Amino acid sequence: MSQKITVKLNDQVVKKTGRQEKKRAVFETNQLNLWYSDTHALKDINLSIKEKEVTAVIGPSGCGKSTYIKTLNRMVELVPGVRTTGEIKYKNRNILDRNFRVEDLRTQVGMVFQKPNPFPKSIYENIAYGPKIHGIKNKKILDEIVEKSLRGAYIWDEVKDRLNENAYGLSGGQQQRLCIARCLAVEPDVILMDEPTSALDPKSTLRIEELVQELREDYSIVIVTHNMQQAARISDKTAFFLNGEVIEFDETDKIFTNPKDSRTEDYISGRFG
Amino acid sequence: MRYVDEAVVEKRMKSRVRNNSILKFIFLLSTLFGLIVLAVLLVRVFSQGIAWLDWDFITGRLSTDPARAGIMGAILGTSWLMLVVIPVTLFIGVGTAIYLELYAKPGRFQNFIATNISNLAGVPSIVYGLLGLTIFVRALDFGNVVLAGGLTLSLLVLPIVIVAAQESIRAVPNFLSEASYGMGATKWQTVKKIILPAALPGILTGSILALSRAIGETAPLTVIGIPALLIPFPGGLFDTFTALPMQIYYWTLDASLVAEYAYLAAATIIVLLVLLFLLNSVAIFIRNKFQQRY
Ligand SMILES: Nc1ncnc2c1ncn2[C@@H]1O[C@H](COP(=O)(O)OP(=O)(O)OP(=O)(O)O)[C@@H](O)[C@H]1O
Ligand SMILES: [Mg+2]
Repeated sequence: MSQKITVKLNDQVVKKTGRQEKKRAVFETNQLNLWYSDTHALKDINLSIKEKEVTAVIGPSGCGKSTYIKTLNRMVELVPGVRTTGEIKYKNRNILDRNFRVEDLRTQVGMVFQKPNPFPKSIYENIAYGPKIHGIKNKKILDEIVEKSLRGAYIWDEVKDRLNENAYGLSGGQQQRLCIARCLAVEPDVILMDEPTSALDPKSTLRIEELVQELREDYSIVIVTHNMQQAARISDKTAFFLNGEVIEFDETDKIFTNPKDSRTEDYISGRFG
Repeated sequence: MRYVDEAVVEKRMKSRVRNNSILKFIFLLSTLFGLIVLAVLLVRVFSQGIAWLDWDFITGRLSTDPARAGIMGAILGTSWLMLVVIPVTLFIGVGTAIYLELYAKPGRFQNFIATNISNLAGVPSIVYGLLGLTIFVRALDFGNVVLAGGLTLSLLVLPIVIVAAQESIRAVPNFLSEASYGMGATKWQTVKKIILPAALPGILTGSILALSRAIGETAPLTVIGIPALLIPFPGGLFDTFTALPMQIYYWTLDASLVAEYAYLAAATIIVLLVLLFLLNSVAIFIRNKFQQRY
């Protein structure tokens, strides 16, 4: 498996240099500001997130990373008293527009949370939940989706014999891969991940990282992480946030080898945060 | 420089350990008090009533002759009442809780309603009887029938069901509903498939309590004019009826005239207790079946 990934990685590098110009943006963030009541959590954010890339969001605690990615699927609205200005264009439509239906957005932009949060249902029902709420009732199609999603998240072999068991019988790392599979089952274009490995042991972390490498073939991924090595290993672009502002946004290689801003350098070399 | 002085800790340790033992004893006594009172009550009721409890008593019609009196009418009446109270309170109670917890914008209005519902839970039951008399018996002109009694009892226990349902809905972890919204589910889909199933055990526990209260209430039924001495059996929502607690109440009152009535009352109490026990078992069974872990 790891060998396959190295090969893939090399492909990716070729692709990255070869087709860079052609990549379209999935999210264009323009002058985004966000307030939680009185807290100004995001300040004049401008970011362009390209399709089929892994974009890492890094920065010290409280700098607005989670807030930013939760704005991308408007989950941030679940907090009372949130206000935004500016725009986020998803495929050329402003998702912050009142008329943009959040249900449509969240169907296309899936999310994986920091703490694994499977439903207290069977493994099968966890995966089938998304397709079912979108109206798929045919048992055969659901079976196929469940298998495909679980395979996509590299957890099929571990759970194929216990699909009807409660998801909370899985280990933390398995639960998180299950949550990723659950997200894949809705066939989104974008997957947002908020520190998906921070609650996991090193081995499970590695498996999720490998998974992200695989998923970047078909999905655009935005991942928040506190782990610098992780950002460097798995992402194409990195955005460095500080106090609600984007300090630097560039190719991951550049951010980690040759940052333009001294604050970025301080952060990635562990001098603060 | 150390802040924790071992000598002082040593000196205090003894009294701390002693306090612990004393309190443990006091808590044990409090528990025993309740248990003993309950035991005395049960022994008394059973010793008086069990001899009178036979099949004829359960299935018989009411009679002034203690040897021939039966309580089928009251059992049917109580059952009809429950058939009104259970669906009405569950539907309105859970609906109100869902609205308040999940749809209403948090703010003064929501606070106002929530506070008042909690207050209503403390209003004496006789006041609900007056309310039922005014609305259901007189204004809507139902008369003293099953529907009027059932709705009155529903009003009485609704606040309990609402508060219990609100609390269980609030106890459903946010990360579950977030996962559902995150996949593009609407609010109602999330409520139906994630929040309600997770809150169900708590809602049922609250409803058991509420129902147990409704089944034993006498005061509001007296106020809306439910008779105790009624020969015909109720067969529908618009029939007059009597209920088990009413039967117990009047037989206890009339025990000064006919001594045997006291034993009939005791036998009826046993029936009421068994009925309560059965209802609770069903609810506990459903609750355990739906209990989820996360
Ligand atoms: N629900 C909320 N209500 C009010 N303020 C909030 C809320 N959530 C976050 N904030 C504030 O917004 C700012 C950004 O928070 P955010 O959670 O986005 O930080 P973060 O970068 O994800 O931090 P961490 O790395 O610790 O997860 C912080 O100042 C935080 O206190
Ligand atoms: Mg965060």
